[in-house]
Amino acid sequence: MLRFIVGRLLQAIPVLFAVVTITFFLVRAAPGGPFDDEKAVVPEVRAALEAQYQLDQPLHRQYFSYLHDLLRGDLGPSFKYPGRSVNEIIAAGFPVTAELGIYAMIVALFIGGTAGVVAALKPNTLQDYIPMSAAMIGICMPAFLLGPLLLLIFGVQLEWLPVSGWGQLPGDKILPSLTLGAAYAAYIARLSRGGMLDVMSQDFIRTARAKGLPEHIVVLRHGLRAGFIPVIAFLGPAFAGILSGSFVIETVFQIHGLGRFFVQAAFNRDYTLILGCTLFLSVLIILFNLLSDIVAAWMNPRLRSQLGGGRRK
Amino acid sequence: MSFSSRWFLLISAVLAFAGCSQGESRVEVGSRLGVLHIGNGAEPQSLDPQVATDVSSGQIMLAIHEGLVTLNPETLEPEPGIADSWNISEDGTTYNFKIRSDGRWSNGDSITVDDVYWSFKRYLTPALGNPWSYMLFPVVNAEQYASGKIDDFSQVGFSIVDENTFQIQLKNPTPYFLQLIAHSSSAIVPRKVVENFGSPTARYSQWTRAGNMVGAGPFVLETWDLSQPIVVKKNPHYWGVDQIELNEIWFHPIENGATEERLFRAGQLHITGSIPTDKIPVYEDSGSPSFQSQPYLGTYYYKINTTRPPFDDVRVRLALAMTIDREAINERVLQRTGSPAYAFVPPGTLGYEPPKTFDYNPEKARELLAEAGYPNGEGFRPFELMYNTSEGHRRIAVAIQQMWNKELNLQVTLANQEWKVFLDTMDNMDFDIARAGWIGDYVDPLTFLDLSTSANGNNNTGFSDPVFDEMIFEYVPAARTEEERLRRFYEAEEYLMKRMPIIPIYTYESKYLMDPSVKGVYPNIRKLLNFRYISLEAS
Repeated sequence: MLRFIVGRLLQAIPVLFAVVTITFFLVRAAPGGPFDDEKAVVPEVRAALEAQYQLDQPLHRQYFSYLHDLLRGDLGPSFKYPGRSVNEIIAAGFPVTAELGIYAMIVALFIGGTAGVVAALKPNTLQDYIPMSAAMIGICMPAFLLGPLLLLIFGVQLEWLPVSGWGQLPGDKILPSLTLGAAYAAYIARLSRGGMLDVMSQDFIRTARAKGLPEHIVVLRHGLRAGFIPVIAFLGPAFAGILSGSFVIETVFQIHGLGRFFVQAAFNRDYTLILGCTLFLSVLIILFNLLSDIVAAWMNPRLRSQLGGGRRK
Repeated sequence: MSFSSRWFLLISAVLAFAGCSQGESRVEVGSRLGVLHIGNGAEPQSLDPQVATDVSSGQIMLAIHEGLVTLNPETLEPEPGIADSWNISEDGTTYNFKIRSDGRWSNGDSITVDDVYWSFKRYLTPALGNPWSYMLFPVVNAEQYASGKIDDFSQVGFSIVDENTFQIQLKNPTPYFLQLIAHSSSAIVPRKVVENFGSPTARYSQWTRAGNMVGAGPFVLETWDLSQPIVVKKNPHYWGVDQIELNEIWFHPIENGATEERLFRAGQLHITGSIPTDKIPVYEDSGSPSFQSQPYLGTYYYKINTTRPPFDDVRVRLALAMTIDREAINERVLQRTGSPAYAFVPPGTLGYEPPKTFDYNPEKARELLAEAGYPNGEGFRPFELMYNTSEGHRRIAVAIQQMWNKELNLQVTLANQEWKVFLDTMDNMDFDIARAGWIGDYVDPLTFLDLSTSANGNNNTGFSDPVFDEMIFEYVPAARTEEERLRRFYEAEEYLMKRMPIIPIYTYESKYLMDPSVKGVYPNIRKLLNFRYISLEAS
């Protein structure tokens, strides 16, 4: 297992290097620059601005200078927000996005997992059709529709919950977490239903039932562990997707997370911020994929023995 | 079933608890305590007056910084700021400012004439890369210094006369000059504090952070965390502190118009920055006391690439302009968010009323096109109408595309580009006709009309007419009275509109929501708030 983890981490180094290099040259190749605006600045001012951010240097020198700073953990100053460093923007935005992501994941796992298991217990009955139809609606309904809809009902009409913010008023974290979690809940419902259906017809479940175990023990202890493996494999990429894709939710609910900065950075040609966010999210995606593989291996005895198998042979 | 009903009860209880704990709205509490909540658009770039260029930073800087003069929000006339009085020489080129003796920075230190001199020097220092530097080019040698042609600042028209008197020398009489130094970018900055935080020309200096920031404005920066409301408090050292009624202002960074409008309805904001276009008719028809609408110093227009045939023919350009039914666009496409424009300078620019050289007249347009050699549009090459990606711009472009096709039989394709790509295209003049908008920097026809002069970096139409250049740079400045000056601007604009390198479409109007408890906000063409005048009435 240790060799597996170390191997995956070593593989990540060239991947990250490629991400930095490709992103660096791609954003520079895009037309327009950080100091282009509707009101063009006089040429001398533009030259001075470019000099402050070393944009007057040849591209390869800018690249090596960026790599040099990167090795020291310095992601550079933001072009759009003078006085703020990229490290600072990520440090300010990421905890909020991560918290939102975790709550959304809990919502998704709880609602999706429950619905999937309930549906799988009595396939092709109403108990299956209702949660699965709801899941289909959840997958189809985009967050930019569901968010304002929930806001209109619970925020503006019923006045039960705040209409925006994060951590400023009691209850303001409920609607964003629900909205972001809903789409993933729908996926998880379908995955866990499929996984459970597959597992519940297998021999070891029949054996457990034959031993006379109560049904809830069979489902919760034996079925769930194997039936949830597809869900666990989905969680890594899903969590990374939640973190990088929370932009819409952050905009609708006025949440000060990283997603908004990331997307705006691309529009603003804020080179250092685009690079910093891309790199940071790449690291997260690699880590979460690794984590979900480890958890999946731990839950699946066959995979676990394969990974540890080198020593046993 | 029992399982789901238990959950339903639990969730309902949580929601009900959250609802109960809200009670009085933020606006009600704010009005009681003198705390103004204002929707401020995007996250501000910077709070350094000589670095930031965005509107959201500008609004905050009006609260925490101050220049030599400020503007009355009702009349836009200059009022005392750091200078308590000033006089202008008879020839209109020398301004003497008396720096107030009781002027203090927010840390209690005295504001000196040296701070004033040093601030203007920093403003023009090329290494800072101040995007606003062109604003002070009417000052003697300012342009030469800012462009690095001279490096001796003593040759620039700023001087210290004595410890209370500061003098500015202009190249020519510039009637709007006091407006330029009332602009947020011309605020005076504390030399000692800026220098304490490193190089005064470093854009990423930390002196503007909460805790470091020292200013001369009526309010002082309390907190500024990324994406969080920026809070400013009454500055106890401000010279006019007795007149200030607000205790705090919270500038909420909200980019999304729909979110902002929801917050207003939920009693979270006193003033919004805008209203989503589709909501405007609803508010307008409901007669809501919160709905505010006023003309704004900006024009939406199309740029024509006059270097490309057939647009190098003025008759073609005039024909295109005459075929746009502006009333219909304003009514049906814009939902009355603007007013139809037949000239480039918006009406009401401090007494200036623009000329109307043409009207909606498809018949005349067809004649002009035939004269140019394209009867019924025959032989006219298909062309592209370009805009930066936005649903609003697309809708206008679609309407105009249909008008040109229906009335003139022209084949127009629409093309949209992402904002920065679009700007690049404009710079390279790689377009036939493109959408543009212009907001005046100060209230004077010049801020619009000099755009079409040959050397202007924002011209981007290829239009270059020595007669027009001469009118703007020689004929208008030679006017002896303000009326004569405006009349000459009128002639210049008439001349420009008869050549039509740009097709005006509509002038902007600013529409926003404001809680009736807010007093002291006056409608003005720059949508300028002067926080010294604002107060809140508790309900």
